[in-house]
Amino acid sequence: MMFIDPHTHMISRTTDDYEAMAAAGVVAVIEPAFWIGQPRTNVGSYIDYLSHIVGFERFRAGQFGIRHYCTIGLNSKEANNEALAEEVMEILPRFALKEGVVAIGEIGYDEQSDLEDKYFRLQLELAKELDLPVMIHTPHRDKKRGTSRSMDVCEEHGLPPSKVVIDHNNEETVQETLERGFWAAFSIYPSTKMGNARMVEILRQYGAERIIVDSACDWGISEPLGVAKTAKLALERGIPEEQVRLACYQNALDAYGQSGQIKEDDWLNPPAIDQRTLYEGNSILRGGREPKIEEAKIKRSMDELIIE
Amino acid sequence: MAEQPSRLLRTWLQRQLPETAFDWLAGQLEALQQDPSDRKLHIALGMIPRRLGKDDLALSEADLEAAEAARPGWDPRGWSVDEAARILALLAAAGANTGFAERFTALCGSAEVGEAIALYRGLPLYPDPAALEDQAAEGLRTNMRAVFEAVAHRNPFPRERFDENRWNQMVLKALFIGSSLHPIQGLDARANPALAAILIDYAHERWAAGRPVSPELWRCVGPFAVASLLPDLERALRGEDETERRAAALALAASPAAEARVLLAGAGALAAEIESGALTWERLEHDPVAQA
Repeated sequence: MMFIDPHTHMISRTTDDYEAMAAAGVVAVIEPAFWIGQPRTNVGSYIDYLSHIVGFERFRAGQFGIRHYCTIGLNSKEANNEALAEEVMEILPRFALKEGVVAIGEIGYDEQSDLEDKYFRLQLELAKELDLPVMIHTPHRDKKRGTSRSMDVCEEHGLPPSKVVIDHNNEETVQETLERGFWAAFSIYPSTKMGNARMVEILRQYGAERIIVDSACDWGISEPLGVAKTAKLALERGIPEEQVRLACYQNALDAYGQSGQIKEDDWLNPPAIDQRTLYEGNSILRGGREPKIEEAKIKRSMDELIIE
Repeated sequence: MAEQPSRLLRTWLQRQLPETAFDWLAGQLEALQQDPSDRKLHIALGMIPRRLGKDDLALSEADLEAAEAARPGWDPRGWSVDEAARILALLAAAGANTGFAERFTALCGSAEVGEAIALYRGLPLYPDPAALEDQAAEGLRTNMRAVFEAVAHRNPFPRERFDENRWNQMVLKALFIGSSLHPIQGLDARANPALAAILIDYAHERWAAGRPVSPELWRCVGPFAVASLLPDLERALRGEDETERRAAALALAASPAAEARVLLAGAGALAAEIESGALTWERLEHDPVAQA
């Protein structure tokens, strides 16, 4: 089975992760622009970060047979630094049209401050101007109200719900997100967000229409195989294969495909120019073998010496 | 100087693109000539692949001759439509050419892979080349092979502008990252004793690690292969790889050392092939026997 992980901060991950993801069947990842664990103090580091995720990280992923896409935006935490936020808003148009940028994101609320609100709205307008989908980061704290408010603001600015992915949903927010017609994404992130067993129950209860599973793996204790492992558990627990395919592959492709920047052909039938420049191809999928999740696990064992 | 190449680029694109796509491009170029602001240029560069696609630029022999005539050394083989259009946009925005180098540097600093390749491939066509040298060298520091090759391969800029150290580092890095040497313009003309010494050290390092060396390495060594280096060439001449043996023979033929003649004579058939012109660096590169 092929998977897309539509929320990964690969800039924080190692080559082991890329190998394990490719072995588990992940064919594409989407890297949302976000906070990097500590605050940036000037626009220059923002420029370098955005350049990195549209440039080298995209290339690096390709070396492991994984296609890399990203979203561009000013995150909610740093929106609270007004001087920085003003300068970042100036440079966003320079990056939002780069190759492989599939949305404006991840944007939204953290503390739900006035400044967060201001830059959230300005970026929704930018998404409209550039005709790009939007990825919404919903707050960790006061999540339920923050999620409703995010959707209210999107509607107020006239964004069609079909172009907006609401991420980091949980049992308390999913119903409203789906009822209002937005894409409902879930981050399988240990301890803080969604667990894979809980995710399977959500699929059982709501089906897979407009539901998207991601790992949100980053610099914290997180799981780059979150999507593949959730799919495995869901199949074991009797969720129909087609629903698993929708939640772990097709829905992300449909939602972000609206940018015109991500297509199934990118990994199934990559254009020659891509193969020459940034994509080495996925030998496991090319060979037609069923990918095995276990394959890449042993690398960190002391028994596994590198002999050359 | 840039006027004529940009006219050629424009002609090729007009010939290949659908009319609506070319009209869009022509509109962008005109707008950039009138108002070459950063914002306009960024958006044009971002939109070009979306509007024009990324097909290979279709070029005939006559086109390549026209390119060479317009700008000696300019080799647009392997360019794509979006690359050609991006370079054209950059030239349109260059206008009176003030501040071009600063703008080029800033664009390279925030480029994605495809964009970076286009930017560096355009090096022979830009104004004020002396001011672009440092950024061209920066392009060689990348880890992305295709970006490195956009500077190093089929590009007259390095041979014309790089000093010896920069040139030597470029050739060594090409070998280091598994790239090839023959598309580097001026490879023979700019060969030098320091480079030969660096490459021999590199070959020893590889051999010590039990790794092969690219046969192309010997091309830059041959003309400087004095007697003390002959044991290395002799080793390559007895190598397991057919291309390596052929390369060693070619290097011996270029060596100034009298003993090289003796070694080469011992190689029998290879010596005869070189003598008759059947074996040359060009043939070796384009017709590698080893794979057969």
